[in-house]
Amino acid sequence: MAKGRITIDPERCKGCEICTTVCVQQIIHLGDQFNRRGYRAAVVVDPEGKCTGCALCALSCPDTAITVYRQERLREPRLEKMAVVLA
Amino acid sequence: MTKQLWKGNEAVAEAAIRAGCEAYFGYPITPQTELLEYMSWRMPQVGRVFLQAESEVGAINMVYGAACAGRRVMSSSSSPGVSLMMEGLSYIAASDVPAVLVNVMRGGPGLGNIHPAQSDYFQAVKFGGHGDYHPIVLAPASVQEAIELTALSFDLAEKYRHVVIEVLDGSIGQMMEPAEMPEMQPVRLERPAWALTGATERPKNVISSIRIDSEGLEAHNLHLQDKLAHIRGCEVRYKEYWLDDADLVLVAYGTAGRIALSAIRQARAEGLRVGLLRPVTLYPFPTERLARLAKQAQAFLVVEMSAGQMLEDVRLAVEGRAPVRFYGRMGGAVPMPDEIFEVVRGLCYALRPPKPSGNGHHPARRPQPEDPGPQGAD
Amino acid sequence: MTDMQETVVFQRPETLEDTYTNYCPGCTHGTIHRLIAEVIDELGIRERTIGVAPVGCSVFIYNYQNVDFAVAAHGRAPAMATGIKRVQPDKVVFTYQGDGDLAAIGTNEILHAASRGENITVIFVNNATYGMTGGQMAPTTLPGQKTTSSPSGRDVEIQGWPMRVAELLAPLPGVSYSVRRSIHDPRHINNAKKAIRTAFRAQLDGMGLALVEILSACPTNWHLTPVAALEWLAKHMLPYYPVGDYKISEGLQ
Repeated sequence: MAKGRITIDPERCKGCEICTTVCVQQIIHLGDQFNRRGYRAAVVVDPEGKCTGCALCALSCPDTAITVYRQERLREPRLEKMAVVLA
Repeated sequence: MTKQLWKGNEAVAEAAIRAGCEAYFGYPITPQTELLEYMSWRMPQVGRVFLQAESEVGAINMVYGAACAGRRVMSSSSSPGVSLMMEGLSYIAASDVPAVLVNVMRGGPGLGNIHPAQSDYFQAVKFGGHGDYHPIVLAPASVQEAIELTALSFDLAEKYRHVVIEVLDGSIGQMMEPAEMPEMQPVRLERPAWALTGATERPKNVISSIRIDSEGLEAHNLHLQDKLAHIRGCEVRYKEYWLDDADLVLVAYGTAGRIALSAIRQARAEGLRVGLLRPVTLYPFPTERLARLAKQAQAFLVVEMSAGQMLEDVRLAVEGRAPVRFYGRMGGAVPMPDEIFEVVRGLCYALRPPKPSGNGHHPARRPQPEDPGPQGAD
Repeated sequence: MTDMQETVVFQRPETLEDTYTNYCPGCTHGTIHRLIAEVIDELGIRERTIGVAPVGCSVFIYNYQNVDFAVAAHGRAPAMATGIKRVQPDKVVFTYQGDGDLAAIGTNEILHAASRGENITVIFVNNATYGMTGGQMAPTTLPGQKTTSSPSGRDVEIQGWPMRVAELLAPLPGVSYSVRRSIHDPRHINNAKKAIRTAFRAQLDGMGLALVEILSACPTNWHLTPVAALEWLAKHMLPYYPVGDYKISEGLQ
């Protein structure tokens, strides 16, 4: 399973809750902190690391407040194989 | 350059092209349409932009766009069409982008007719668009002057990043006169720094007329008022004839100015001390010159092809120091010289019987003075 | 031990300014702004793109896109864009307009820009209301839809029928691309982005006017929560405004 992670810019978020409804893992919900503009910014709580980095939340965010990261396994560098052929 | 026979509308179009006009957007409306027609073949011929818009509303907003792109651009129309352009002009005015509009004025209000008139003075000078603003308004009285003022319109528009309206009345647009066309100026290729040309290796430019906070909009208005004060200070232009010893000063512009001059020659031939002040810039208005004349003149007679609009600015300038009479024709009717002459003669005798002039000649028999020709601040 | 490397898979596009937007929570103008910025980045045209903003909530789009911008008079953006494009045809010019701007006061301008085949891209945001002025009936307000100027619901007998712009412009020969999209869920957002990219490509290929009508949500004036607004859009607007392709010139397939 792909591993992912997101960050939500608390000051940019307007608490519209759209992301909370599209998150397949249901790990985003409104926090209880108010940001400078008085909105309850959304927060992600993902102790079990369910986030797959699918980015549906970020895609749906009208304020582009969400950044999405994904852990990807570093593929073997193909260089060594090349070296064998040349040798 | 030799003189050629030019129709006013076409002369203005060619003059604009020779002044480097890069784009023209217009719409058919009599008595201006030949200007558009001329542009429709001449602009492509010199590789520039011509487009007939869906309406005057479309046309002026295309002008606004091209002006934002830092191009020399103009439109032309006639009275009802210019009314449709007022919204666009107000946006252009607020954006400090240069634009030139030619209004070949016709009888109004409403659909009116296609005869020449000057009843759009207020619309141009006081500005029919919303907000505090005055375009620079130029008024030629001949095809030659229309050619010269067209080039001047572009220069003033760019110098002040301002709206310039050149008002011809229908007759100047429609008549033909021998005139000299200036040399073709090269089209300028470099664009002002503020122009919308794509943010290549520079921060983006935004041209907008919205200033949502009142402090911002007031500051912008103060800037516009400063600009207008500067324009009033150094861009006034007028022509004057026989004013040195004039008891009665006529004030008239455009075709009315020209007709008034014929009447004045008749009056001078009868020894009446009459002169003419012919504003060339309706804005900035020659207020100071009129104020000085108010010390010397016993009366003013304003002649317009309207119900009397410039009349009010003359009264403001004279400030009651002398009576300001008015003679006008409306609805596209054009006053004849002898009509004006009758009014002039009546006024001269009504003011006071003519003083015996110094050398004892009875004024009526005084030899006709040489026509001094136009003098005035250029 | 294979080491894991974290990469960013979604972030703010470069052309989208950092400026905090004036839009209400859940207003999908913001979503559409991002899609445009992403397309401009991907096509590499930021430095030669000029936008024309409407009058309406999105008048401040010039603060949110890092491209040259002009602000047009209400409804006049297509005419202004014509003026900007005709004097510099190598530039990429797009208008961003709401339904009051394009389909009410500006109908004549968009109709003629389309009829002329003006080489511009038009992003037409349809949220069935006049947002900035507080929710009045727009030309796209649905039959029966309550607004502050159709308080008992739009009565087609009195106020006529809502206008389907994408279908209206499609038959004009000057139009190369006329489609409707929506942004009420991720799949539709992705399809909207593809349409916006095609509409910009149409301009780059000089094919004539390209328009993308995008159904958009206005929670504040629909008096709904942002989430409920997207559901209302899907339930009420989609049937009257079907998402679809109403014109795609062959060159654009």
